Amino acid sequence: MTTPIVNHFSWTIGGPQGTGVDSSANLFLRSVAAAGLYAYGKREYHSTIKTGHSYTQVRVSGTPINSHVDPVHLLTTFEKTAPIEHADEVVPGGAFIYDPAVTNPDELNLHPEVLKIALPYDQILDELAKELGQPAAKVKIMKNTLAVGASLALVDFDDQYIEKALGSIFKGRKAKLVPSNMRAVKKGIEYVRAMQIDGKSVVDLFPYRLDAQPEAPAQMIMVGTTAVALGKLKAGCTFQTYYPITPASDESVYLESMQGQYGINVVQAEDEISSACMTVGGALTGARSATSTSCPGFGLMAEAIGWAAINEVPSVFVDYQRGGPSTGLPTRHEQGDLLFGAFISHGHPPRMVMAPSDMNEYFEHTFDAFNYADQYQTPVIMITDKCLGNNTMTVDPFKEDHLRINRGKLASQTELDRLAELNPELRGQFPRYDFVDDGVSPRTNLGQKNGLYWNTGDERDIYGHITEDPENRLKMLSKRQQKLETALKEIPQDKQFKLYGPADADMTILCWGSTKGPLLDAMDQLASDGITYNVLVVKMMSPFPVEGVSDILNRAKMKVGFEMNATGQLAQLTRMETGIAMDHQVKKWTGRPISETEAVQAIRDIVKEKANEVVLTYGK
Amino acid sequence: MANNSAVQDAPKKLTMRDYKTDVVSDWCPGCGDFGIVAAVQSVYADMAVPNHEIVSYSGVGCSSKSPHLMQTYGVHTLHGRSIPFSTGTALCNPDMKVVVTGGDGDGYGIGAGHFMHAGRRNVDMTYLVYNNGVYGLTKGQASPTLKLGEQPKSLPAPNPNANVDPLALAISAGYTFVARSYAYNRKHLQATIKRAIEHRGMALVDILQPCPTYNNLHTKEWYGEELEIDGSMFPRTYDMEAEGYNGMVQNPNDPDEVTAKEVAALTKIRTKEERIPLGVFWQVEMPTFMDRLEAGNPIMAKTPSYKMNIADADGKPTMDLSDTYAELLTK
Repeated sequence: MTTPIVNHFSWTIGGPQGTGVDSSANLFLRSVAAAGLYAYGKREYHSTIKTGHSYTQVRVSGTPINSHVDPVHLLTTFEKTAPIEHADEVVPGGAFIYDPAVTNPDELNLHPEVLKIALPYDQILDELAKELGQPAAKVKIMKNTLAVGASLALVDFDDQYIEKALGSIFKGRKAKLVPSNMRAVKKGIEYVRAMQIDGKSVVDLFPYRLDAQPEAPAQMIMVGTTAVALGKLKAGCTFQTYYPITPASDESVYLESMQGQYGINVVQAEDEISSACMTVGGALTGARSATSTSCPGFGLMAEAIGWAAINEVPSVFVDYQRGGPSTGLPTRHEQGDLLFGAFISHGHPPRMVMAPSDMNEYFEHTFDAFNYADQYQTPVIMITDKCLGNNTMTVDPFKEDHLRINRGKLASQTELDRLAELNPELRGQFPRYDFVDDGVSPRTNLGQKNGLYWNTGDERDIYGHITEDPENRLKMLSKRQQKLETALKEIPQDKQFKLYGPADADMTILCWGSTKGPLLDAMDQLASDGITYNVLVVKMMSPFPVEGVSDILNRAKMKVGFEMNATGQLAQLTRMETGIAMDHQVKKWTGRPISETEAVQAIRDIVKEKANEVVLTYGK
Repeated sequence: MANNSAVQDAPKKLTMRDYKTDVVSDWCPGCGDFGIVAAVQSVYADMAVPNHEIVSYSGVGCSSKSPHLMQTYGVHTLHGRSIPFSTGTALCNPDMKVVVTGGDGDGYGIGAGHFMHAGRRNVDMTYLVYNNGVYGLTKGQASPTLKLGEQPKSLPAPNPNANVDPLALAISAGYTFVARSYAYNRKHLQATIKRAIEHRGMALVDILQPCPTYNNLHTKEWYGEELEIDGSMFPRTYDMEAEGYNGMVQNPNDPDEVTAKEVAALTKIRTKEERIPLGVFWQVEMPTFMDRLEAGNPIMAKTPSYKMNIADADGKPTMDLSDTYAELLTK
């Protein structure tokens, strides 16, 4: 047997949408995670319900990982389209599992050194049906379970973790499905273990191994939309609105499923204009309110965001970016909304725009967003993306002990009653938009006694009545804008931006959102090539941390922009805010996220070839 | 002195002045909007609702400036969006009276989508539409209620669009209270608005309101005209309930009665008459949106969203997610 490659593994499963690809991937990922391994699952799907090729690639590692890689070590298929799509991705020394009834491997663009493993699904499942005494049609749906069993047999994986994973998938009334599914897993394992090529066991011929790490700390299996949903719940968000849109709806549907348990009210509106307006209307009562959407829906929310800003309503808007413009690539990844988000809505709405860059930040910055909304009385926009939004990975359990809720400046009932007593002529009115140095006037919630004020989209006086007086306009607009400066001063720097890697590196890479993942993962490999870099992740886009970002960029030996869009939007924003331009730019806009493999190649190209611009294209 | 203080302690009889702000309206002299605002203020006084328990919502347009005249919480929103904004408030704070005002362009034009879906939800609130057939604030363009071929003086050519029938639309969308009144019939208007506010569910009052500046076809004089029908004279508008029409469903659990009343209401609304009927065309008590949402959300049913305690005295979040974390953990 060749030298085993332990706990560095990449597995792809694919097929038409709706054929069980997702459930296979789920079982596989949960099995390796249960064994204490770290996993990152990249999910690609079409904008269709059935048919349309979808696949998931699961990368497994003995240490934490934040991205996928391009090489596929094992391609597992159970129908005829995935082999055609992915055969060429399998590395020499890798393996390919297929159904001989529908696939002839000789017709594929497969590297000659790939192990070809024919798995006669129908025959094996017919056998199983007889053993279980169940109708064959009922057992055939376990094709995907069989596929996972066969796949994990090849890496000599301890099957007790598959059983655990099945237990975590089939719960409650469905728990009775565990034994039959485990039988299907075992069938796959037995078949692969018994299989020989040229008198040698295929398991011995395959060098990759997944060894359990029972001592590894427990992880959570997390999807970005879930992390954001949990951040909202933790922050005490009690009202969430949405209109169905890919890839954002998963978050709202997840929250909807938890209404009974946690008391959040989730309302599906008739469109994104309505969901944005409902959120703001809810927030006026003091209930923490939010909405989630994706690009086209985000566009529809622009006017409501401006209204919330001029009326200083604490509200949270989450945008999951996908490929644009217009419907664009509705199920694919892109970071194309930064400039739109940072400047959304006409006039001068004081916008706070956050961009979390990993699963933990999806949770914690969501929590923070509600505090900022309350503290600075303005809409907070969180720009997330499809890559982290839809991908699944193992993460450390979220830390919560340090989290505190800050509702900002609220007028207390005692103060309001005193004000009313001292000023009977006010008849219960409250100067909601009073001029104060930090720009943040104390607020009341609709329904509070002696707290009457008016909201209007027009310019207004301190009570909220319309005025077009130029002197008032001068002061009122400045008051609102002042809040951004206050926020920049008060918000801890590590929430605004973060530098990873050695301070004196050869190169500083500027990025945001999910592109951080491959850059962190590529660091070790490039360091062993003699290339060192640090990664500057900007997380607060408005107000922009001009000073902090400038300090780091001014010290950089070489500045590289690294983004998942066609124009380098963060590089543009940074240049606008700081006057500092990037020396090189890495871009990708095919809709498929950047892998660690691509990051390594792009950085090498910049260092060795002095490439000004690297355009990445890999991925199906 | 003791006598005096007793007088002070006695509940004050509220008047419409208690619901008026000091804001000077910028409506044109003779605008029908004045009467509507006064009617609403009188209804509040009559119902003795504490000012802070009312929120006056509106969209954008002449009539949408109404909240600034109301000594209540006021929310003057975006053009066409008063319904979704106010829906958010009504759902998060069901203890408030939510009264929305707006024009026909605001509600039946740019806001038509929301207008329709408000019926499907049956949120407990009141929607008063000041219907004058024109977009007054932008100099009198045709609104969705102006009829095909009509040409008020502000239009360069006859209206090429047919009109929408807001009352029929409201009933088919699911509104549970649908009425029409007239800005200059103060008594009828006040009574109808009161019934709408008291109704539990989504109530629409379409209020015919002359625009004295741009709509020279449907003026106060035109609405006030007497028509000769079969040799007798009749006022152009009439109280249909005084003439025997009854659109109230007595037993909402009787599907036959509900259907019969709904058909009767739509028939009444769509039947061509020379006179214009005023009154409540349709009223039925149905579970509100809040009722339906609370059925699946016992925590919210107990504590409305705005009252939920989300942090302890130290600011620590009260939300405990450990059950969910346990499900997400790998071991």
